[in-house]
Order: sequence, then C-alpha cells, then structure tokens
Amino acid sequence: MIKIFKAKKILTMNPAQPEAEYVAVRYGTILGAGSLDALKGWGEHEIDETFADKVIMPGFVEGHAHTMEGTLWRHVYCGYFDRMDPDGKIWPGIKSKEGVLERLKEAEQQLDDPDTPLPGWQLDPIYFDNVRITRQDLDEVSSTRPIGVLHASGHIMNVNSKALELGGFLKPGLNHPGIPLGKDGLPEGELRGPDVMTPVGIHVGFGRDMLDCDERGLRDFGKLCVRAGVTTVTDLAARLQEDSVDMMLRITGEDRFPACVVPLRFFHGLTPKELVDHAESLLGQSTQRLRLGRIKIVSDGSIQGFTARMRAPGYYNGAPNGLWYVAPDQMAEIYDLALERGLQVHTHTNGDEATQLAIETLENALKKHPVPNHRFTLQHCQLADAAQLRRMAGLGMCVNFFSNHTFYWGDEHYRLTVGPERAERMNACASALENGIPMAIHSDAPITPLGPLFTAWCAVNRITASGRVQGAHERISVEDALRTITLGAAYTLKMDGEVGSIEAGKRADFAILEDDPTTVDPMALKDVPVWGTVQGGRIFSTADL
Amino acid sequence: MNTPDKTDQPITIIGGYLGAGKTTLVNHLLRNANGLKLAILVNEFGELPIDADLIEAEDDNLISLAGGCICCSYGNDMVAALMELSQMHPKPDHVVVEASGVAIPGSIAGSVSFLDGFSLDGILTLVDAYTLLEKASDTYLSDTILRQLSDSNIILLNKVDLIGAPALEEVQNWIAEHAPQAQIIQTQNAKVPLAVALQRHDSFSTEHASSQVQHIEGFETEFLSIEKPVDAYSYGTKLIAKHPHLVRAKGFVRDVSGMMKTIQIVGKRLDIHDAPQGVKQGIVLISQKNIPSM
Repeated sequence: MIKIFKAKKILTMNPAQPEAEYVAVRYGTILGAGSLDALKGWGEHEIDETFADKVIMPGFVEGHAHTMEGTLWRHVYCGYFDRMDPDGKIWPGIKSKEGVLERLKEAEQQLDDPDTPLPGWQLDPIYFDNVRITRQDLDEVSSTRPIGVLHASGHIMNVNSKALELGGFLKPGLNHPGIPLGKDGLPEGELRGPDVMTPVGIHVGFGRDMLDCDERGLRDFGKLCVRAGVTTVTDLAARLQEDSVDMMLRITGEDRFPACVVPLRFFHGLTPKELVDHAESLLGQSTQRLRLGRIKIVSDGSIQGFTARMRAPGYYNGAPNGLWYVAPDQMAEIYDLALERGLQVHTHTNGDEATQLAIETLENALKKHPVPNHRFTLQHCQLADAAQLRRMAGLGMCVNFFSNHTFYWGDEHYRLTVGPERAERMNACASALENGIPMAIHSDAPITPLGPLFTAWCAVNRITASGRVQGAHERISVEDALRTITLGAAYTLKMDGEVGSIEAGKRADFAILEDDPTTVDPMALKDVPVWGTVQGGRIFSTADL
Repeated sequence: MNTPDKTDQPITIIGGYLGAGKTTLVNHLLRNANGLKLAILVNEFGELPIDADLIEAEDDNLISLAGGCICCSYGNDMVAALMELSQMHPKPDHVVVEASGVAIPGSIAGSVSFLDGFSLDGILTLVDAYTLLEKASDTYLSDTILRQLSDSNIILLNKVDLIGAPALEEVQNWIAEHAPQAQIIQTQNAKVPLAVALQRHDSFSTEHASSQVQHIEGFETEFLSIEKPVDAYSYGTKLIAKHPHLVRAKGFVRDVSGMMKTIQIVGKRLDIHDAPQGVKQGIVLISQKNIPSM
C-alpha cells in the first residue's frame, strides 16, 4: 500500500528540505520526503530500491508543446540534428541535401504500393547553406508516389512532381510569391505558407487537421514524455472538437498512459464569446490526466519567418513588419470575457510589438476585472525588453520563453532577423527572474525536440548551434533552470499546488535520472540520462516502453 | 494568374477591420441575392444575424439558406474550405469570402490565383467613416489598415451618416490619397447594389446587352457599342482614364489580333482574357453619379 522509494538523491524543489533520500507514496500521492525514520511513521510500507542508485526530481513539466509530434514520427525524419523517436531509436541528423534524399530512398524501398504517399518532416536547409530541394531531386526518390517534406518551421514544404500534379500545381502560369517557379515555368517544388501547402499537402499525408494528433500519435507522444522525464505536458493549440476530446479522454485514461496532458483551446475560427463558452464547457470533463478549460491565442507569426510583429527598429534585414493573427479588439474581448469567467489565457507573442499589445490589453482588462492570481502567460515572448518585463511583473503575468531558439536559430537571429543587440536579449530568463516573473521555458515540440533538460541547458549556457555564447548576461544558474522546468512551468498552468515539487500531498510525479544534474558540468546538463518517470505513482522505465 | 474559365466561380473578397460593416454587407447581399446562388465563407458564424426563416438546414460548418445560398465557416483553413466548395453540386454562382479583421485581402486573392475552378472578381474593403482615421493612426493597426486599403479595388466608405460633411470630406480625401488605385463608394449600412458588389463571369452576353443596362439607384449604367477591332489593353486603360467614376465594366471587344477578348474592370483594376464563344462586341459600364464635390 505505502511504498517508500530509496534514491541516491532526491531534489525536491521544496526549499524547506531541498534534498532527501527517501520519498513515500500512497495511492499515487506523495506522503512525504525525508529520512526513512521520518517516513516510517506513516505505517506499514515496503521499501522499493529500484531507484537506489538514481537521482529523483519532480516530474518535468513542459509548458509549450504539441502532441502532434507523436504523429509526425510515423513520417521520415529529415532533421539536421540527432533525434530520438518514441521507440528510443536515435535518428542521426542529416547534414546534406544528398543525405536527405538518401534517407527518403531508404524509406521508399520499404513501401510496396507505388501510390502510397511518402511524407518527411523537420527539414531545415539553413544548416546546409540553404540549398533547396527541387521536385526533380525528389522525383529521383519516386516519380509514382507523392512525396512531401515539411520544414522544421512547419510553414514550408518541398514536394515532387507527382504531388504537384495531384494538387493541381503542375502547370505553367501560376503567379504566387509562395510558389517559386523553375526556368520551365513550372513550380520548382517548394511551397511556402499554409495556404499554398494545403492543396498539395493533403496528397502527401499532411492533412488539414495537422494540429490534432491521433490515437497512436498520442500514445507515441506519451513515450516521448517518459524518455524526456516529462510527466505533465501541454498541447498548446488544440481545437478540441468532441471526437478529439473523447479520444484524448480515452487514451489518457488508459492504465499505462504515462503523462498528464493539458490541451489549450485554440482561438481561431470562433468569436471571443464562442471561444470562452467552449473552453468553459470543457472544464467539467477534466480528469486526473487530461486538464481542460484553458485558452490559447496566437497574436503574431514567427521571427525567422519575418511574420512576427516588431516595434522599431524592425527587422535587421529591412523586411516589412509581420502579421497580426488576432485583431487587437478581439484579444481585448477574449481577455475581458476570460477574466470575467475565471479562465486562463496563454498568448503567443513572438515580436516585441505583439508582446506590448498583450501587456496593454491585459492592463486595460484588469482595470475592468481586477482578478487576482490570473496567471495570464505570454508564450515565446522572445523579444521582450527590460521595460516590458518590468510591466509584466507589475501585472502579475507569467512568461514561458522559447529558450531552445537560442541554440537552434540564435545564429540566424544574430546575423539576419533582429541583429546582434536584440539577439543577445532574446528569451531573457535572467531578467525575468530578477523581476520576479513566474517563468517557464519550452521546446515547442515538434518544432524542437521535447527535452526539458536540454531546454534547461539552453537557458544555462545560451550556446548557439555554431558554438557562440549569445547573451551571457541572460544566462541563469542550473538551480534556477531546474526549478523552471518543474515548479516554474507548473505555476504557469496553475498546477503548482499538485505537481512541480516533491512534498507531502502532491502527486507522485518523478523524473528518474541516472546522474545528478546539480553536480555535473553545466555544459553536460543536456546529457544527463533519463531512466524514466513515475507518474501518479506508476513506474515507467524507458527500457520497457 | 489562371485564365478565367467560363465555368470558373467568381470570388469576391470582402475585407476591412472589425466594426467596418463586413457582416452587415454579407447579410445585405444574402437578402438581395435575387436568384443568384451565393456561397458566403466567413471566418466564424459568430453574430451573423441570418433571419431564422431563411435557414433551411444547419450543421457545424455549413448553413443552407432559402434560394440556394449557403454560408460556411472556414476557421483557420480558407483554402481547404474553398477546395471543398469546388466539389459542391450544384455549384454556387458566386463565392464571397469575408476576410478576418486583420487579414490582408491581397494574400487571400493570391490563394485564389492557384486554386482551380475559381477566379477573382474583386476585392471590396469596408471602412467605418467614423473611426477610420483613428484606426489608421493606431500604433498597432495603421500598417494593417493601409495594406488592406491598398489591396482593394472598391472601398466602401461605410456609415457616412454618422459624421458631418467636413469630416466625411476629410476621410474621403485621405482614402483617395492612400489608396489611389481604388474606387470609393459611400454607403450607409453597407447598402451597395448587388451588381456593384459582385460581377458574374458567365451568363453575360452582349446579345442581351439592353437587359444588362439596368437601373441602379445612385449609379449610371451605360452601354458602349464597339464597331472596330481595338487593342484590348489600351482600350481598357483608356476607359478607366476617361471615366473617373467608373466602378465596374464588363464586355467584349475584338482585339487587333482578331480574337474576341473579355474586358473586365473593377475599381481601377483591368482584367483581360479570352472571351467565350459567340459573343458580340460591346461593353457595359457602371459609374457612380452624384459624387459629392470635393
């Protein structure tokens, strides 16, 4: 009934008792951490030595991810960096265009039916000098089946001739900035922007409901969580239609589903009132492992896509300002209604103008509805400056920075998108903590891999892919980073009372590590092996997935 | 640009920031469709006040209305909604896309350009006469409003009843300066004649030219007969230059090459393509009259 786990070390995140050797668990709930003597008093128990040589941390909380990553792994991985799939296989990163074509050919040879589509994902040509993959290149992989490779940004796709033909694009006379043409007047095979991708995408295996994950995808995503030490994970832009909610309830309710999933209702396609009504109506369906009733707004685009909304002095390369994806008045209406009903809103802001709009909008809304403890959170918030962070602190806002960007696209931001000075202040973790802003950091999986220890490493070291330290003054300590990926992220979800630390009364959610992240070289933080997790007292070993 | 086909469904894009009157216009068009089967695509159904007696059937994404009109919500994927629409039987006569308040209508027009089965009729942007200048100087909105205006063929300067003559003149001049490519029409409650808002591509032949010269309140319709072959492009360009109040024109000319061409004008945008079989030369013009002197 009562199990007392012995560990090499337990990092509790409880300041009264930062470290412990034992933790007692009953019915999935922590009875307490401490010495064996202190825990014995709970009564009859058994001692579990499974983790006797492991380090236990609170289960990691990923505050910004998308469960669709689980589904994407059924497609061919074409990324530049090594990445682990749900079954634990590490797919080596591909360093050249030829390598991409070779991997696609290997996958092609596994397929029997010549018409089956071949989708790939996570291509990022910036790492090999922006060499583009043309339809002729992909035709060499197959001319009979449609092939489409989605870029890491999710906003560009390269396709072969068959895919263009099926989508009605293999013809002269197309005149659209998102469809570059070859010398023959036909599309080159690169499709830029969601509108252009849709007609062809449906033929290569990227349907219109790409944001939603399916049953197997969700189970696979659960495996990725175990491998990353994650026990609570958001699905940050879900449409949450009835059948999708039913499916998520069913899968997360399975005995061996290893994580608590927190899907946020995506705002698009609904009026503010419909949105708030829908989110509110879902509240009652929440379970231990599916938490509903939160709202997600996307206010602008991305920095590397030059669609983020920027204040002066704008983009470093002179690109025009980006796009609004929500009308300012709509954002105001959503904030008003959500505060009135006690619902939480997370808002994607990439550019600093979008951040400014969200700050001002919330400030006005709070004058009308002075709701304590609202915990409205800005997601990404990559370019916030010092004054914006101070104002956010004053309003009681939370932030969830995209720290992985520093590594993956930091060099691009430095030389192309925002220039050196602003690149160095991006994802300003140290400034946020200094201002006392409740903070999380994220992967935005599948944009970058799910892995809170890696994300913590990014915030601690701020090293770019080329190996430069970018923005040394915004680095944070290992201790702060570890608190951020546990209690910090839990706070932004209003779940810090139940997860995020190892203390009496909280859910028994643990990340089981092979090494102590507080004693390894900070540069090795990302390499601390994850043995598995404990979620609600249930043990999940990566070896048994 | 795809060459419009006789069977292409024309698409009119309605743009404009929140509160400019897009929904009012959509309802006005539905009430005055006059036998034209309209398909209206909206971002969300929201407060679309369709009279209950007009609704024949309703599901999550589609409302069927009396007279064969339909209304669909496209959420975050307009292209997919248009692709579904192109599979529909019978085909609607005309598609109207209501853009979201911060959408750039030119990008939507770009998407129409690569979709088979559709061709662009025009971009109509609504502005609220009372608030436009304020919105246009708003830190967050000014560039979006300007891009919306500069993408437009026709700008409906709506709610003119809410402001006095001097203020109206100021707004009208401001728009003319910032969107010189568009024709500005002043409206109240977005009431614009159907023939001005939408132009059909098919079922239009100069054999029945007289029937096309209909009376339109507040507008002047005239028919120009053309005897000789002309250079279609320069003819169209001259039409625009000679008729400063021209809102729309549609007709056929024999090009100097001997081919029949369709000339179509929306605002100041000229579109020329191969004409359908069996048409005769001649062109119908719709111009604004009683333009307030500015």
